[in-house]
Amino acid sequence: MLGFGEDRLRADMNRLLALLFHQGVLDEQFLQLQQLQDETSPNFVSEVVNIYFQESEKLLRNLRELLLDREFSDYKKMGIHLNQFMGSSSSIGANRVRNVCVAFRAASEQNNRPGCLRALELLEHEYCYLKNKLHELFQIEQQRVLAAGVRYPMQN
Amino acid sequence: MRVRRKTTVLDHYIVNREQNKRSGNTIFAFSVYGPVFIICRWVLVKMSLNCKLCGSNGKLSTNFKLKKAKEPLHASNWVWKWRRLLLLMWLLVLVIGFIWLFSGLNDGALWRKEIPDLCEDKARILLEHFNVSKDQLHGLVSVFSESDQITSLKCTKESVFEMPRSNVISCALKTLCSGKQELEKQREMVLEDVKPQDQCPVPDEKFSSKLGPLLLEDKSLSFFFQSMSTSIKSTHQNYEENVLQTRALGEGKEHCESFSVCLVKVCLWVFLGVVLSCKMPGLYEKLWRNKKQKLVQQQPLGQQLQQLQQTQNSSKSAGKWRKKLPIMFVLAGVIGSIWLLWHLKDDINLRRRETLANMCDERARMLQDQFNVSMNHVHALAILVSTFHHGKQPSAIDQKTFGEYTERTAFERPLTSGVAYALKVPHSEREQFEKQHGWTIKKMETEDQTLVQDCIPENLDPSLIQDEYAPVIFSQETVSHIVSIDMMSGKEDRENILRARASGKGVLTSPFKLLKSNHVGVVLTFAVYNTHLHPDATPEQRINATLGYLGASYDVPSLVEKLLHQLASKQTIVVNVYDTTNKSAPIKMYGTNATDTGLLHISNLDFGDPARKHEMHCRFKQKAPPPWTAITASGGVFVITLLLGHIFHAAINRIAKVEDDCRKMMELKHRAEAADVAKSQFLATVSHEIRTPMNGVLGMLQMLMDTDLDPNQLDYAQTAHDSGKDLISLINEVLDQAKIESGRLELEAVPFDLRAVLDNVLSLFSGKSHAKGTELAVYVSDQVPEVITGDPKRFQQIITNLVGNSIKFTNDKGHIFVSVHLADEVKGPLNVRDEVLRQSLTLVQDWSNNSYNTLSGFPVVNRWKSWENFKKSSSTDSEETETIKLLVTVEDTGVGIPIEAQHRIFTPFMQADSSTSRTYGGTGIGLSISKRLVDLMGGEIGFVSEPGTGSTFSFTAAFAKGEKKSLNLKWRHYDPAISEFQGLKILVVDGKTIRAEVTRYHLKRLGISVDIAFSLDSACSYLSSNPNRSASSHLTMVLVDKDIWDKGTGFAFHHLLTGLRSNGCTEVLEIPPKIYLVVNSISSVERTELKSAGVVDGFLTKPLRLSVLITCFREALGIGKKRLLDRRKPSTLQNLLREKRILVVDDNAVNRRVAEGALKKYGAIITCVESGKAAVAMLKPPHSFDACFMDLQMPEMDGFEATRQIRRLEHKVNEKIESGEASMDMFANVVHWHTPILAMTADVIQATNEECMKCGMDDYVAKPFEEGQLYSAVARFFESG
Repeated sequence: MLGFGEDRLRADMNRLLALLFHQGVLDEQFLQLQQLQDETSPNFVSEVVNIYFQESEKLLRNLRELLLDREFSDYKKMGIHLNQFMGSSSSIGANRVRNVCVAFRAASEQNNRPGCLRALELLEHEYCYLKNKLHELFQIEQQRVLAAGVRYPMQN
Repeated sequence: MRVRRKTTVLDHYIVNREQNKRSGNTIFAFSVYGPVFIICRWVLVKMSLNCKLCGSNGKLSTNFKLKKAKEPLHASNWVWKWRRLLLLMWLLVLVIGFIWLFSGLNDGALWRKEIPDLCEDKARILLEHFNVSKDQLHGLVSVFSESDQITSLKCTKESVFEMPRSNVISCALKTLCSGKQELEKQREMVLEDVKPQDQCPVPDEKFSSKLGPLLLEDKSLSFFFQSMSTSIKSTHQNYEENVLQTRALGEGKEHCESFSVCLVKVCLWVFLGVVLSCKMPGLYEKLWRNKKQKLVQQQPLGQQLQQLQQTQNSSKSAGKWRKKLPIMFVLAGVIGSIWLLWHLKDDINLRRRETLANMCDERARMLQDQFNVSMNHVHALAILVSTFHHGKQPSAIDQKTFGEYTERTAFERPLTSGVAYALKVPHSEREQFEKQHGWTIKKMETEDQTLVQDCIPENLDPSLIQDEYAPVIFSQETVSHIVSIDMMSGKEDRENILRARASGKGVLTSPFKLLKSNHVGVVLTFAVYNTHLHPDATPEQRINATLGYLGASYDVPSLVEKLLHQLASKQTIVVNVYDTTNKSAPIKMYGTNATDTGLLHISNLDFGDPARKHEMHCRFKQKAPPPWTAITASGGVFVITLLLGHIFHAAINRIAKVEDDCRKMMELKHRAEAADVAKSQFLATVSHEIRTPMNGVLGMLQMLMDTDLDPNQLDYAQTAHDSGKDLISLINEVLDQAKIESGRLELEAVPFDLRAVLDNVLSLFSGKSHAKGTELAVYVSDQVPEVITGDPKRFQQIITNLVGNSIKFTNDKGHIFVSVHLADEVKGPLNVRDEVLRQSLTLVQDWSNNSYNTLSGFPVVNRWKSWENFKKSSSTDSEETETIKLLVTVEDTGVGIPIEAQHRIFTPFMQADSSTSRTYGGTGIGLSISKRLVDLMGGEIGFVSEPGTGSTFSFTAAFAKGEKKSLNLKWRHYDPAISEFQGLKILVVDGKTIRAEVTRYHLKRLGISVDIAFSLDSACSYLSSNPNRSASSHLTMVLVDKDIWDKGTGFAFHHLLTGLRSNGCTEVLEIPPKIYLVVNSISSVERTELKSAGVVDGFLTKPLRLSVLITCFREALGIGKKRLLDRRKPSTLQNLLREKRILVVDDNAVNRRVAEGALKKYGAIITCVESGKAAVAMLKPPHSFDACFMDLQMPEMDGFEATRQIRRLEHKVNEKIESGEASMDMFANVVHWHTPILAMTADVIQATNEECMKCGMDDYVAKPFEEGQLYSAVARFFESG
């Protein structure tokens, strides 16, 4: 039963991943990330993703602050932030976030404030979506690990 | 049209000819104008031709291709110039001909007029004179036939002086008239002279001794010689005279000629000047314009317009100057014609004067001559009287004899009205004399009237008593009334007699009216002496010796009248003869009181009497006619000038017009060019602007499709997405075209892997080819290097275009075959080494299954023809090392291009026919872009196509050879995989040689050795004949083409292989060779059927390409792969990175962690820092890091700067160690510090790459890490170290 659970969880995980891939939320970089996770670093993916979340939230906050500032003019700084965001997003394979970042950066390069605001909203939305889905994924992963942990020794 | 014009001209010409023939005397004119007509015709034909040319040019120029409009314009200009030149030449010829005709006519007329006149006159005179002398001889002979020989001889001797004249004149005339007959005539003359001489002595023979005739003959001979010599002398003189005359005439003619030559020369110079002046500005402008054009090309449009205005200004000034030219020319012409008129008139007057002088002198001389002849005759008569009257006793002459003789010889003195002889009678002898004669000496009635006819001598008074008397004793019948009249009684006669006897010569009275004829006349008196006197006798002696006086009266008017009558053109001049002894009161001897007509010539007359002077006055009867020749000539010149002026005017107007047009055209051209540039710019901009939002549209559509949609909605969205994609590709094409047209497309020069590019193309079209069932294959010759430098994107674009076209037009099963060779490989069909090329060059039909030796068995066109027209650039050695020329051929078995459409296949937006776009879609821009790209790559494109068979497109492109090392990471995806399959062995079973070769090519790329069998049977025999160990032992796979796979042989083959497997060679081979079926498209039913039967192990889907092969082989060698990886990995990444201390520098925590994780996986010991500064601090020697991975974009200090600082530090340390300042111990025993620094970057651009190398980095890896790339980057540092 439990063994079955593990399989089911794995299938769920795969389905979720497939969906995310299909939607373009994630790309193969995420798979590579997963491949890097092995016995030496069992929580590698969640570790990286957590760092990503921390950094991203910081960046998003900064961006929002910069944009909401009345006499806002520091597009350069915003560009640096966005580059960071883009870099980290592409590292974990958050494809859609990255794409929105590209658009955001294009808007900021053109000093297009309304465009930037729109992009920021979109970015936040994408980011939230990604965060929720990844949390969901990690929960399933956790459950799966737990389920795997109670594996019957006879199966080996 | 041209022909018609030609014939009309010809007709005109013929009609003219007939007209000329009809008016016979104008044939000459025709012969002159004939050539002119021919020239005329030629000019006309030329003109019509030019017109036609112009017309066609016009057509061209009206074409919308404004770029070409310049050329025809030039051409028409040129043509026009030529036409102008021709016209000028024609006119020149015409004018010269005209002038020549004029001068010729003038000269001829003059000559013809003068020479015959002169000749005729002379001939007549000669005749007369000759007759005179002949008659004289006759008369003499007949009268004095009885007289003895001596006297006759004497007489002839005496009268010799009369004879030579005839000879002289005759000779002179002969030389004038005809030099040829001169001698003959003279001889005749001499004979004639001699004849009378002979006749004369003959009757005297009776009286003379026998020696007489001899003597006579001698005498006559001597006489003959004498006369000859004199005649020669006088001939000489006369000849000289003549020469002078002719020279005078010749001078006149020369003058005329030189004048005409001068005129022609002047005309020529004028023409030359005009032509030059016409040409020079043209030439100058041409040069100038050329220069300007060069400048114009370099300068922007605004300046061009400025220059255009400048051109306008300068051309305007030139135009002004040119407009003045015809006016000046016309003025010069008018002045010239006036000068010509004046000059010709002057000339005519001069000639008139000369003519008058000539005629007058001639008349005077003739008059003089005739008078002298008569005088001589009278003299002869005097001698006769002295000889026969006084010399004989008794006198042989009485009144009767004298009268008869004189009467009979009167014809010799046609001018004398009568001759009389008066005897000198002194007063002492008067009575004796009167008695002897029986009459008294009578006195003249009036003192000044002698020879009066109507007065009767009997009525006259006897003469008064005087010292001496001169009564007339003999007289001619006509004046017999004066016998017995004393001549000394008349005052005039007395003076005359006294002077005559004193001088011994003929003496003339002053003119007076002769009584009877009422004419003016003169009396000539000769004295008769008794003894022969010396020429230098004193007057006293003469007076004493005087016996009598012979007088003759001359009728001057009749004399002159007669003379003039003899001469031609007597009516043109009026002759007056004056006695000018008394200068103040000249007495008119002949002539009327004619009105003064301006011209007057006076010639002196010498009648042999020095005491008296006579003059002849000549003038023309009519006033000089208007100088018509001068008027016509100058009028002609004037008219010609006007005509030329008009022509020049028209020409200059035309030039101005053409220039104006040209300027307008230039302006339009500039505008058009500007518009063209603007169009391209607009296209480029707009395309770019469209592309950006289109990407958004596409992205959104993509997202929309990811949402929950029902099938209908999904279909709509899918359609919209596809359309958007098509639109984007179209826009891209248009953008390319615009970029190429505006010259903004620049080719890159990066090293790339040609085979990988072709693989990309294959994967692009694999879906389509599967759907259509078309076989798609790529082959690259071995001789093509792996890496070449060029623009991979554009190269791929060309091939994609061609392959796309081929796929589009290949419907049924068939193939599309892309092959790449070196251009040098196909130089000659005979020495082709490449198997594929050789196969494809000769189409061989395999009759057994009705297929050809092509990829799919379908016939194809001869590909050789597609590159036949390429310029065979023989690559020299230097070229060979630098550049390589590739020949790419795309062969298909499609519908082909209709022959009538083949010429416009490369024109943008032109498809084979309008139905094509309906059937197949597309814009038709692809080939045009391809052609332009090929041109940019320094190659050529060509094709050969047969409707129904297919088409083959070929193009060449020049590339530089590339180093494999310089190859960008992008092209090295498969490097590790290639090493994976090194050393494998595969058997390919395929019926088609070419296809087998293609498969071999692909497998060779993976380092797999290949054997080929052409059928399953031969494969079986190959496998079974070879001992297990050698052949099949290493055989990993067998690739069988589906075409030759059939169930029977397939199973047999399978069994053979399984047989091998069961033969227990397990110690050599764990796995038997797997059978893979190479298929193009296969239904899933078939697939499962074959697979379930266990006959084949798997399928390899065409088109074959590296990625497909790799995945396939990996799948096939699944276990083997693991093993291989296990075996190889330690030697690769893990081996390399194990226990290596690596510093990762990245400000981004996520990236840092990812990199750390990735590198840790290969066993590396990772240290992370998050800024450039920290990295510099960490890498300050001595340190224990083996490598550093550095992010480029970091705040504060970016990767470049950090690397630069690290390198600086290392450099210092190295210097110190080298100089021995610091021992190696201080720096961890490292001799040379150089930490490999690899850049981590998300965007792999060439520029970044170069930047990395510049600041001292060793290599770079793309983020996120990929195993292959990472390996190849790291291997460089750790394998060697």
